[in-house]
Amino acid sequence: MDIHVIVGGAAGQGMDTLAGTLGKLLAHFGFGVLSARDYMSRIRGGHNFSILRAADTTPWAFENRCDLLVCLDETTYLEHIPKLTEDGVFIFDPESFAPPGDRRGVEVPMKDLATEAGGRIMANTVALGACLAVLDLPTTRAEEMLLEAFAHKEGVGEQNIGALRAGYDAVDGPALPVNMPEEGRAGGSRIFLEGNEVLGMSAAASGCRFFCAYPMTPATGIMTYLAGIEDSGVVVEQAEDEIAAINAILGASYTGARSMTATSGGGFSLMAEGISLAGMTETPAVIVLAQRPGPATGFPTRTDQGDLSFALNVGHGEFPRPVLSATHHEDAFYRLNKAFDLADRFQTPVIFLSDQNFADTARTVDEYDFSRLSCDQHLADPAEVELPYRRYALTPDGISPRALPGQLDSQVVLADSDEHDERGFIVEDAATREAMMRKRMGKTSAIAEEMDEPLYHGPEEPEVLLVGWGSTYGALREARAVLEESGTNAGHLHFADIWPLRTDQLGELLAAAEVSYCVEANYTGQFADLVRRETGWEFDHRVLRFDGRPFTPSDIIGEVSGDGK
Amino acid sequence: MANRFLENTDTPTWCPGCGNFSIRKALAEALEEVGANPEEILLISGIGQAAKMPHYINANGFNGLHGRALPVAVGSRSVNPGLTCIVESGDGDTYGEGGNHFLHNIRRNLNIAHFVHNNQVYGLTKGQASPTSDLGMKTGVQTAGVTSVPFNPLSVALSVGAGFVARGFTGDGDHLVTLLVDAIRYPGYALVDILQPCVTFNRINTNSWYRDRVTKIPRDHDTTDRDAALRLSHMWGDEIPIGVFYRVERDTFEDSLADRRKDPSGLEQFNPEQMEYLQDAFRV
Ligand SMILES: Cc1ncc(C[n+]2csc(CCOP(=O)(O)OP(=O)(O)O)c2C)c(N)n1
Ligand code: SF4
Ligand SMILES: [Mg+2]
Repeated sequence: MDIHVIVGGAAGQGMDTLAGTLGKLLAHFGFGVLSARDYMSRIRGGHNFSILRAADTTPWAFENRCDLLVCLDETTYLEHIPKLTEDGVFIFDPESFAPPGDRRGVEVPMKDLATEAGGRIMANTVALGACLAVLDLPTTRAEEMLLEAFAHKEGVGEQNIGALRAGYDAVDGPALPVNMPEEGRAGGSRIFLEGNEVLGMSAAASGCRFFCAYPMTPATGIMTYLAGIEDSGVVVEQAEDEIAAINAILGASYTGARSMTATSGGGFSLMAEGISLAGMTETPAVIVLAQRPGPATGFPTRTDQGDLSFALNVGHGEFPRPVLSATHHEDAFYRLNKAFDLADRFQTPVIFLSDQNFADTARTVDEYDFSRLSCDQHLADPAEVELPYRRYALTPDGISPRALPGQLDSQVVLADSDEHDERGFIVEDAATREAMMRKRMGKTSAIAEEMDEPLYHGPEEPEVLLVGWGSTYGALREARAVLEESGTNAGHLHFADIWPLRTDQLGELLAAAEVSYCVEANYTGQFADLVRRETGWEFDHRVLRFDGRPFTPSDIIGEVSGDGK
Repeated sequence: MANRFLENTDTPTWCPGCGNFSIRKALAEALEEVGANPEEILLISGIGQAAKMPHYINANGFNGLHGRALPVAVGSRSVNPGLTCIVESGDGDTYGEGGNHFLHNIRRNLNIAHFVHNNQVYGLTKGQASPTSDLGMKTGVQTAGVTSVPFNPLSVALSVGAGFVARGFTGDGDHLVTLLVDAIRYPGYALVDILQPCVTFNRINTNSWYRDRVTKIPRDHDTTDRDAALRLSHMWGDEIPIGVFYRVERDTFEDSLADRRKDPSGLEQFNPEQMEYLQDAFRV
């Protein structure tokens, strides 16, 4: 089985809850689930929908289609009915609107039934019951979940169960029955979570002790998650602006805590000077940039990969700026931990690129292996450090023993944003400047050694090579699989670590492939530009999407097939 | 006895006669009086002549960006309240570039002492008007004289809710030391705005100009009376009050974090596996 479900309505009608519960249920039954929200930048009204895809194996991306459409309002119907499949089903409330005759329509008086059960607010629970009936799934687990969700509100859980059953009974019979996955896969060791939660949990488990940010979509979910885990030891402070946020995490880091901030393009612009300060003072810091379409306020709730070039160059002056990215839910958990490790080892800011597509998409994954995470601040060994302590001592690899204030007996630590000498004192002379520039920039080659080769799926010598980075991983992975099934000898190379750029594998595959495509969600092809700048190599095609919507596998397959391959 | 805070420092590059020398001396004396060791003190500054202080005092130091000293303190206080934290910066740095941080950190009530070297001018960039420059002051940029009303740091601080508000003058060193000690010992955000003549760029508010005007706040002033403090803070001109305007205690930022903070600094005890329970919330 492999179905797409769309639940739509005006903001405030509770489709999020409905879709979230349905997603959790399907995951509980053992299906692999992917779900995402498509919301407008407003709190009430407008057209908002959640999309959910469930299949026997966990889907990697959404297609532009729908098998079950739940219309909490007419706009949802009008917007999505064109993509409802032949055998699909749509659920509607005759009180809201009357669709033209269509055998696919299932009439459920959601608001009436909800009112009978105790309140119109439960219309979404009625709809959930109807969905379960259409899919021929039992209601027992859903009932348990409702009781849990309303445990703190006397009687409300029971009322919701009434609404659920009313919705279930209102459907004539299963119109879209799904086969339950084999026994044994249900529940157990799998988890279902959003990208922002992956990053928040990874940060907490990486020993991040201070998180400071200013709310900005689509990064805010990280702060909400971290603030919610109250006993985790992570201090969460909402800053007065992003300039404060970046400077605050540097203060915390200098003082001794692993620290992180998260923002989107506008806030990242404000952080630029602070990131440069991290470079100069050699203060570890992790900055998550959750991209959305710019320039300026752009599309606050949509996705984009248009800030890559900015991230690679953010902040004035020259200093190493490693850039990593979130490709998918499994990898990102471990990769953010790597960002913390790089920051501490090389005493440098590390930029971690996410985007709305990753941040707001939930996916089922096997539980994480926390023993794979490391937490080593790479601090100076008090027994070995030379005294008097010099924060910026010149060493062959450019990495000075880093001590925290108060860590070494009778020694002080001076961090300085001016060009400085080994002690941290302001200097003006050319020789020290040159030595310090070489020291800081010299770390780049060692950082490059730590960058992973991109992930590759496909034959050793592909005819068609697809290349991407960041959150397009899922769409590319599915596209490649479909191409392969239809007889195209295709490979997919995907970059999670972006800068310093690894090029060995890319070079070999480009040489082997007859035609290459670089796929990214921006207007100019910023990653392709980076590759050209570093190597002189040019992809045959740049497949670009910049309408704020994530790539679908079909978008990519269409480009490749359109090329006669 | 030699002052430990004046040893092993860089040599000040301020102009001879600059008021900053008096602040350095007063700060070093205050720190000795407080009885802390250099490694227990953290000086945080922005950029400007005043902000060079961490280079001239033997203590831990974070000399960051223009206007951004206070946010650095927010992070530092969040993770290691064991260090005694002092923010040193100029009037431009604090009230101009860093104005937003000034407002919001008074609200936060970090347990820090904030010493603002108020020379009513931008010293480091050679004499432009600062937020506290007097009306009419002519500079290379404000060629027709300053037309914006001066920023009044003390009344702003009082209005936003600061618990310790004082003004000092570099020409009265002993009095200044007392103020600095009180501010360092005060549990919460303590502002000391220090009148500091800039002998090179401020030809109006000179040492003698201040000397003719400063008057110590009378002993009978009630430092717990905010309205009285506000009235005093509005005095500027023929008579300029110095001393403690206001002092009351309230819960600090650090108090609010006490439940949440673990491993104050360093992560030696931390093992990522101890956080495994976090994924229970996402089990299906
Ligand atoms: C972002 C930024 N803008 C401008 C400057 C230039 N700048 C350095 S110090 C300063 C003003 C200093 O005035 P103040 O804070 O009063 O310190 P003072 O030198 O008078 O002690 C300026 C404008 C800078 N370093 N950074
Ligand atoms: S320019 Fe003014 S403030 Fe700066 S050192 Fe000289 S006298 Fe002092
Ligand atoms: Mg000044």
